[in-house]
Amino acid sequence: MEYFLHILVIAGIYIILTLSLNLMVGFTGLAALGHIAFACVGAYTSSLLALNHGISPWIGLITGACFASLLGFVIGFPSIRLKGDYLALATFGFGVIVYSVSKNWVDLTRGPMGLPGIPKFAVFGFELQPVWAYLILVFVFVLLTAFMINRIVDSPFGRILKSIREDEVASLSIGKDVNRYKLIVFMVGAFFAGIAGSLYAHYITFIDPSSFTMMESIAVLLMVVFGGMGSIRGSFIGALILVIFPEMLRFLGMPSSVAAPLRQMIYGLLLVILMLKRPQGIVGKYRFM
Amino acid sequence: MLLEAKNISVCYGAVKAIEDVSFNVDACEIVAMIGPNGAGKSTALKAVFGMVDLKSGDIYFDGENINNLRPDEHVPKGISHVPEGRRLFPSMTVMENLEMGAFLQKGNNTGAEIEKILTLFPSLKERRRQKAGVLSTGEQQMLAMGRALMQKPRLLLADEPSLGLSPSYVDIIFEKLIEINKSGTSILLVEQNARMALEVAHRGYVFEIGRIFMEDTGRNLLKSEEVKRAFLGGI
Ligand SMILES: Nc1ncnc2c1ncn2[C@@H]1O[C@H](COP(=O)(O)OP(=O)(O)OP(=O)(O)O)[C@@H](O)[C@H]1O
Ligand SMILES: [Mg+2]
Repeated sequence: MEYFLHILVIAGIYIILTLSLNLMVGFTGLAALGHIAFACVGAYTSSLLALNHGISPWIGLITGACFASLLGFVIGFPSIRLKGDYLALATFGFGVIVYSVSKNWVDLTRGPMGLPGIPKFAVFGFELQPVWAYLILVFVFVLLTAFMINRIVDSPFGRILKSIREDEVASLSIGKDVNRYKLIVFMVGAFFAGIAGSLYAHYITFIDPSSFTMMESIAVLLMVVFGGMGSIRGSFIGALILVIFPEMLRFLGMPSSVAAPLRQMIYGLLLVILMLKRPQGIVGKYRFM
Repeated sequence: MLLEAKNISVCYGAVKAIEDVSFNVDACEIVAMIGPNGAGKSTALKAVFGMVDLKSGDIYFDGENINNLRPDEHVPKGISHVPEGRRLFPSMTVMENLEMGAFLQKGNNTGAEIEKILTLFPSLKERRRQKAGVLSTGEQQMLAMGRALMQKPRLLLADEPSLGLSPSYVDIIFEKLIEINKSGTSILLVEQNARMALEVAHRGYVFEIGRIFMEDTGRNLLKSEEVKRAFLGGI
């Protein structure tokens, strides 16, 4: 039972990542490929603040999200000027850089040794120790993220994101400052990914760079595409299915040493089938690129 | 002088697209730019709208230097751009496309503006709830022009509005350009269809690879032997 709740917590964290990436990829049409880098910054920021300075994870979470958003600005600023595939490559490159920094800046991050003993969130002085308590916390953040992103895409601002998605040159022609909108989207997407990273760190209580490899960015992108680009509901479906489904392999008695690589293979296979049979995702409106 | 471009040059990387080009548009004028493919007509238009960077030269609108303005900063000044190939938002309806033209702009009475445009283009009125993507090319061109007119420009930059249209729509588009002009909007028109463009234009510029080599009234250019030989297919 506890294991099942644990899977739901992880799924919730992935839903936040998927929703925030969907804002960029699905709703605005920015093929960003390094999403996990923002979660990485959020996770390390709030973990290091807690471990080195005794700062409450709550403040760490907000600070981490702000740092992630700042990274969104740094990555976004040069990248948004690039088109389609080039933007994908540039953001991929930035993702690799962030991973590499987390692995090699040993003085700060302890590199591959990772950061153990990260404190959990506490409410009124009580640590959120049981998994169900944590599940409630994550659930609240999932709802908050979904609500905010839904508000954004339903607003006049969101209408302009849609116009950028449909035709960038046209958006420029009608006098929209396309680059400014894209940059804001990068920063908002990164902000929520930073929250997801921090939630993860204070839940598992240990992070190391291996949690933030490019494979994770691709997994999140797959969740966006699988569920449906430009669909909030799709992000829930995509993340839930792709997190829970591979876990069921373990229930079938598959040892972890087999289940882990199998997960990657399943993802690869799903991606191929999806592109062939249903390129717009399960409930989505748009095709990928 | 409403628009004045003085000795402008634009490069794409190492390639010079236009060099030392000067042109101007007076209030209430239609000015045509004609010339062969790749001569730099679209580039000149994009330069006016701030979509490409100037390498040298100056552009003035209403006496004010607009060299370094972004496209979105041109619209409030009164310059609107109808891009080559129409460039609509295909999954939005006709109405939504028109709304996008004036979207989030201050002091714009969108409803009244839309009514005016639907009166100018009655065939859009019947199709206003349809997706822009399903319109015929001619209707799409009208919508693209309507979307730009939503911004109530003083100068309309139109890039090849007749491209890919059936002959009857070409006539309609040129009639509408005259009508728009009569209501007080200056038009800078880039066209492959040199004859039609010079017929409606007060003045015209003839481009050759990267530069302007002739400038005269529309009527005189239509009569010019050089222009006839090069663009009007020997009449
Ligand atoms: N984005 C670009 N990058 C590089 N070169 C470009 C770009 N756009 C145009 N050019 C080049 O600049 C020159 C002028 O192009 P431009 O599109 O302004 O010509 P044009 O007169 O509008 O031609 P057409 O009648 O085909 O529309 C051409 O040699 C073209 O190949
Ligand atoms: Mg052109």
